[in-house]
Amino acid sequence: MDRLVFLTATGLARGLVVALFALSLVIVWRAARLVNFAQAAVATVAVFAAFAVTGATGSFWAGLGAALLAGAALNAAVERGLMRRVPSGSPLPGMIVAIGLVMVLQSALGIAFGPRHRPMAAAFDERPLVVGGVPLLSPYDLFVLVVALVVVGLLAWLFNGTSLGLQLRASAAAPEVSRLLGVRVPRMVTLGWALSGAVAALAALLLVPTELGLNAHSADLLFVHAFTVAVLGGLDSPAGALVGGVAVGLLVSLVTGYLGAGVAPLAVLALLTLVLLVRPGGIFAVGEVRAA
Amino acid sequence: MTPALAVEGLTVGYAGAPVLDELALTVAPGEIVALLGANGAGKTTLLRALSGLTAPRAGRVLLDGADLTAVSVEDRARRGLAQVPEGRSVVTELTVDGNLHLGALWRHPGRAARRAAVARTYELFEPLGRRRASLGHQLSGGERQMLALGRALLARPRVLLLDEPSLGLAPRVVAQLLGVLRAAARDTGLTVLLAEQNVTSALSVADRGVVLSLGVVVADAPAAELAGDPALRHAYLGF
Amino acid sequence: MTTTTSTTPARPAARRPEPRARGRLTPTQRILLRAVLLTLLAVAATFVLDPYRNYQLAVVAATFCATAGLTLLVGLTGQLSLGHAVLMAAGGYGYALAANAAAGAGLDGDGPAGVARVVLGLGGALVASGAVGGLLGLAGARLRGPYLAGLTLAMVVALPALTTQVPALGGDQGLAVPFEGVPQALSRLIVVEQWHAWLAIAVAALAVTPLALLRSGRAGLRMRAVHGDETAARLAGVSPGRVKVGAFVASSLAAGLGGAVLCLVTQSIGPGRYDLAFSLLLVVAAVVGGLGSLGGAAAGAALVVLLPWLVDTVTAAVGVPADLEQRLSGNLAVLVFGALLIVVTLAWPGGLARAVARRPRPRPRPQPRGRTDAPATPPQPSER
Repeated sequence: MDRLVFLTATGLARGLVVALFALSLVIVWRAARLVNFAQAAVATVAVFAAFAVTGATGSFWAGLGAALLAGAALNAAVERGLMRRVPSGSPLPGMIVAIGLVMVLQSALGIAFGPRHRPMAAAFDERPLVVGGVPLLSPYDLFVLVVALVVVGLLAWLFNGTSLGLQLRASAAAPEVSRLLGVRVPRMVTLGWALSGAVAALAALLLVPTELGLNAHSADLLFVHAFTVAVLGGLDSPAGALVGGVAVGLLVSLVTGYLGAGVAPLAVLALLTLVLLVRPGGIFAVGEVRAA
Repeated sequence: MTPALAVEGLTVGYAGAPVLDELALTVAPGEIVALLGANGAGKTTLLRALSGLTAPRAGRVLLDGADLTAVSVEDRARRGLAQVPEGRSVVTELTVDGNLHLGALWRHPGRAARRAAVARTYELFEPLGRRRASLGHQLSGGERQMLALGRALLARPRVLLLDEPSLGLAPRVVAQLLGVLRAAARDTGLTVLLAEQNVTSALSVADRGVVLSLGVVVADAPAAELAGDPALRHAYLGF
Repeated sequence: MTTTTSTTPARPAARRPEPRARGRLTPTQRILLRAVLLTLLAVAATFVLDPYRNYQLAVVAATFCATAGLTLLVGLTGQLSLGHAVLMAAGGYGYALAANAAAGAGLDGDGPAGVARVVLGLGGALVASGAVGGLLGLAGARLRGPYLAGLTLAMVVALPALTTQVPALGGDQGLAVPFEGVPQALSRLIVVEQWHAWLAIAVAALAVTPLALLRSGRAGLRMRAVHGDETAARLAGVSPGRVKVGAFVASSLAAGLGGAVLCLVTQSIGPGRYDLAFSLLLVVAAVVGGLGSLGGAAAGAALVVLLPWLVDTVTAAVGVPADLEQRLSGNLAVLVFGALLIVVTLAWPGGLARAVARRPRPRPRPQPRGRTDAPATPPQPSER
C-alpha cells in the first residue's frame, strides 16, 4: 500500500512534466496544425544551454532563464527559417523536415558534447519526504508540481483572458479571416512556436535531473510519452494534455514500480495503440478527426 | 475628388486564361456599389485581390489614392480596407463576444474603449446581444452574417468589401442585414463594394451597379437604371 | 530490380496488352528482364570487389530491400513510417528463429541442409514481418500522417523492451544464427563474403521485383489514386483502407527480407542495431533517392550505408584527435543526412531520381511572395 501511494505520488509529478511537454505540442498544433517532431530535440538544446549557464554562473534560475530563452528563440527560428518554406497541402514534407532537424540537432550536440551522460543537479532535494511513515513526494517533486501548475495557469490566462491570446487563437483557427481583421498572423504563428519552445524547454529541464543525465538523446523518451499524451487527450485540448499527462505519468510509474523499468515503453505503446484504434479522436478532442 | 477605391488594369490569373483581365473600376467616397455578375465572372477574385489575398499579375489597387501593391493583407485592413469574405468568415472556435473583440482590437486599444465599442454593436444588432457567449458554430446563418458584419464595422473601415452576404439566407434576413448596412454606411460615410448574385436586393441598397463578365466590366450604371432597364437586365443579369 | 526514374505521377501503365510489334515487350516482361540483367550485373560486380566491399554490398542490398518498400509506401500512399527498422528486425528475428529451429530439427551442416535452412529462415522472416506489417497497416489505414508516424516511433522505442520481455528473443544480446558457408562445389572459387553477397543480391531481387511489378500494375494505380484523393478513389470503387494496408504489408515483407539478409550476413540479430537512428536512415535513403523511385531507393541505400563508413575512414586518415574522432563517428554522417533531408524536401523534392530523369519536368514557378505570403498554416475553414 505504501508502495502504491509512493508510486502514485511520483507518477503524478512525472506526469505533470510529461503534460507540460504535451502542452507545448498542443500549442504548436493549434498554431500551425502540425505535430512538431523536432520539439524534443529543440528542448534538449535548450537544456544544454541551461547546463552551460548554470555551470558558468552557479545559479539554477539563470540556467532556467537561459533554457526558456533558448527554447523560444530556437523554435521561432525554426518556424521562420524552415517551416514557412515547407509546401503546404500535405503534412508529409513538414514531418520530414522536422525529422531532418532532429538529426541535425542531435548529431551536432553529439559532436559538441560527446555521448557521455552529464549528471544535472536537481534544484531541490530529490529524496522523498516521509509523512506518517510513508515516503511521499520529494521537495523536488513538489517544486515540479508547483511550476507545472503555475505554467498551466499562466498559459490558460494568456490564451483565454488576454487580447494577445485572442489573436493567437484566432490566427490558429482562421488565419485568413484574422488577417482581414488586421491581425498580424505571421507574427502570431511565430509567437506560438516560441511559446511552445519555451514550455518544452521547461519540461525537459525539469525532467533531466531525475534521469541518468544530460546527453543528446535525453528528451527522446519524453517526446514519445508526450506524443502519446497529446494523442490521448486530443492534440487541440490543453485540458486533455493535462489529464493525459497525469494518466501516462501514473501508468509509467506504476508499471515501472511493479513490473520493472524495461516494461514501461511497452505499456506506453500499448496505451497509444489502444487509444488510436478505439478512440481515434482522442478522449477529449474537440475538433479535427484524425481517422484516415 | 480622389476615389475611395480605384482599380487600374488589374490582371489576375493564369497566363493564358486570366480570371480578371485588365479590370478598371472606381468607387467614390460614400458610395455603395453593387458588384454583379454570374458565378465565375470574377467577383470573388476581385475582392480577394483588393484585400491582398491574391497577388495580381499586373495592375494596381489604390485606397484613397495610395498604392496598395506592397501592402500586406493585415496592413490593408489597418489602413481601412475591410472585407467580409464569402461564407466561412465567423471564427467558429470563438464566442460571439470573442469574434467582436477580435474585430475591435487594433482600432480600439484599451479594454474600456473596446468594451464600449462592442456594447454599441450589440445595440445595433440586437440578436447578437442575446447570444454573446455562444460559440461561432452554434449560430444560425443569419446570425453569423450579422456577426461578421458587426465585426467588420467595429474596425471603422473606410471601405468595406462584402462577398455574397446574402448567400443561404432567407429574404427577410437579407433585407434586415442590408438595411443595417445601408444605415451604417450613411451614418459614417462608409464606402461599400457589395458583390452579390442576389441582384434585386443588391440594387435596392446600392447607388451604382457594376456588372462583371469573364473578368471585365461590361456595364456600369446607376442602380435604378440597371434595375429599370430590361435590355441591360436581360443582357447581363439574366432576367 | 528495376530502376524507374520518374517519381511524378506516371502515366497509368497499359491496361490492355498493347498491339505488339515483333520484339516489343509488355511492361511485366520489361521489369522482369531488367531485374535479371541487374542481378547478373551485381553478381558480376562481386568478382571484382574485395571481401570487405562484398560485405558492404551485401549490407547495401539488405538495406535496399527496406528502402525500396519504404519509398513506395511513402511515395505512393503518403504513409510515413518511422519504424521500418522494426520491420527489418521482425524479419531478422523471424529468420533467426526459423533457421535455428531448422538446425535444431536436424538440418545442420552444409549443402542442401544449408539451402533448406536459408529458405525456411526467409519464410520465417516473411511471416514475422508480414504479421507486424499487417497490424501496423491496419492501424495506419485509420490514422492520418503524423499519428501513424508517432505510432511507429513509439514502436521503435519499445523494441528493446520487447526483446527483453520475451526470453525467446534473447534480450539485449540477441540471437545467433547458423553460419552459412560457401557450398562445397564453389569453395575453391569464391570466399564467404562473396557468397553472402550473392545471397543478398538474390534476396534483394526476390524482394524488390514484386514491388516493381506491383507498382507498375493496377495496384500501383490504386495506390496513387488513394494518395491523391481518397473520396474520389472510393467513388471509383477503390477501398482506401485495403490499399493502404496492402501497401504496408508489401513494404513490410520486403523490409523483413532485408532484415533476414542482414541477420544471415552478420550471423546474429539483436535490438541494438534496429533503433530509431536506423529507422531515420531508411527515411533519409527513401527521401534523398526520391520518394516513389526504386532506383532512388537503391542509390539512397548505398548512400546511408557507405557515407558513415566514408566519414570514419576520412577522419581516421586525416588524423583527427581520438576524442573528436569518436564524437564525429556516426554523428557527422547523421548531421549530413539531416541536412540533406531538409534541403531535398525544401529545394529538390524529387531527390536524386528527378535529378537524373531523362525528361526533366519544368520546375514549378515560384509563387509571388510578399504581401500575400501566408505562414505555413493550411487555410482553415472557420465555419463548418
